[in-house]
Amino acid sequence: MRDRRETILVVLTAVSVVLILAALYLALVGAPDANLRSETGRYAQRIIYFHIPTAWVGFLAFFVTFVGGLGFLRTQKRSWDIVALSSAEIGTVFMFGVLVSGSIWAKPAWNTWWVWDERLTISLIQFLVYVGYLMLRSTVEDPSRRARFAAVYGVVAFISVPINFIAIRVWRSSHPLMFGSEEGGLAPSMMFAFFFCLIAFTVWYAALMWHRVRLERLRDDVEALKQKLLG
Amino acid sequence: MAYLRKVAAIVWKDIVAELRTKEMFSTMFVFAVLVIVIFNFAFDLRISGERVRQVAPGALWVAFAFAGILGLNRAFVAEKDRGCLEGLLLAPMDHTAIYFGKMLSTILFMLVVEILMLPVFTIFFGVNLFDLRLLLIVLMGTVGFAGVGTILSAMTAQTRAREVLLPILLLPVAAPVLIAAVKATAGILDGLSMGEMVLWLQLLVAFDLIFPAVAFMTFDYVVKE
Repeated sequence: MRDRRETILVVLTAVSVVLILAALYLALVGAPDANLRSETGRYAQRIIYFHIPTAWVGFLAFFVTFVGGLGFLRTQKRSWDIVALSSAEIGTVFMFGVLVSGSIWAKPAWNTWWVWDERLTISLIQFLVYVGYLMLRSTVEDPSRRARFAAVYGVVAFISVPINFIAIRVWRSSHPLMFGSEEGGLAPSMMFAFFFCLIAFTVWYAALMWHRVRLERLRDDVEALKQKLLG
Repeated sequence: MAYLRKVAAIVWKDIVAELRTKEMFSTMFVFAVLVIVIFNFAFDLRISGERVRQVAPGALWVAFAFAGILGLNRAFVAEKDRGCLEGLLLAPMDHTAIYFGKMLSTILFMLVVEILMLPVFTIFFGVNLFDLRLLLIVLMGTVGFAGVGTILSAMTAQTRAREVLLPILLLPVAAPVLIAAVKATAGILDGLSMGEMVLWLQLLVAFDLIFPAVAFMTFDYVVKE
């Protein structure tokens, strides 16, 4: 059983590497140039093939943390907590990636690193929620209490995200809409590269999750062995 | 009814304790005044006259939020320090009664501080805040802030970091309350009617209902051993 799982993990990792490399090719070479006047703008525009999938994974990961938290509260099983923790850690990294890649794009496109636009603000808040989540975990020693607190915070914070989004959306907006807008939307020829990248990032997330969950399980095993040896 | 009596008993206990020590109320109030003084320093050189109106709602709610965090922290840390939380948990009642009791007493303390802050703010910032509708917005914002703050405070009081952790967990989650409350307050200063601010009021109502409901369902996991 264990061996077959390991094989699947190796395959999944290999597939995600190939997909990400293909996504990189599509984003930089394969996709057609955007209909923008300045050369810098055309180059900068290609960041969306990585920027949006990163954001997607960043928010998806928090949904998984929320589900993991709910699962833990219902069953009190360690495996749910491991899922929540792993997803939160991965989500933190991706959310940071969104902030950085967005800023890099914003400089040539908007001539500023940052504006307090709805999606930028919600991404920053989401990143801070992740940081709070991990800090909360690090300050509770008792494992069962740590898991319970983290689960409750995961649920509370997840519910606040859409409310936050509505609040910030009503507050202000200048971010380009990717779909359904007349200007600044994606041309049909770009859609393939875009969705390919979206899928590639999702598979990559799944592979990372699997690795992280496996790591935490191994850590638990080592801890149990240590206890057995010493006790 | 029995449930409400238990909630009321906790609120009453907090009020009596506060009337004897007066430590929470005085700290919150002085701190809120200090926040406003600091804001005056910070803005003084750059902003004057009519433009004070633009920063006033933000300064007001920052003072409320910071003072509220002080109050929220005390709500559970004080119980924890004196070993009273165990006593409360042993009382024959649903644990969520503790949540609602603590939430109500926090709201009460915050409201007293806020109502006293309004004239102080009116004097220091020179904007007229005497408006009954503003009281409604202050009430709604405070309920939302304390509603989500109380459950997070119950958690952070039991962590190693204690007081320091609460603002980090609370402020990102409570951002919609602050945005909506600041916007609604600004609307009143700008002379808008309640109808023009209905979106912000709806947001506040939604927040005020959702988070106590979530806390009602999850509070047990926060306090049980």
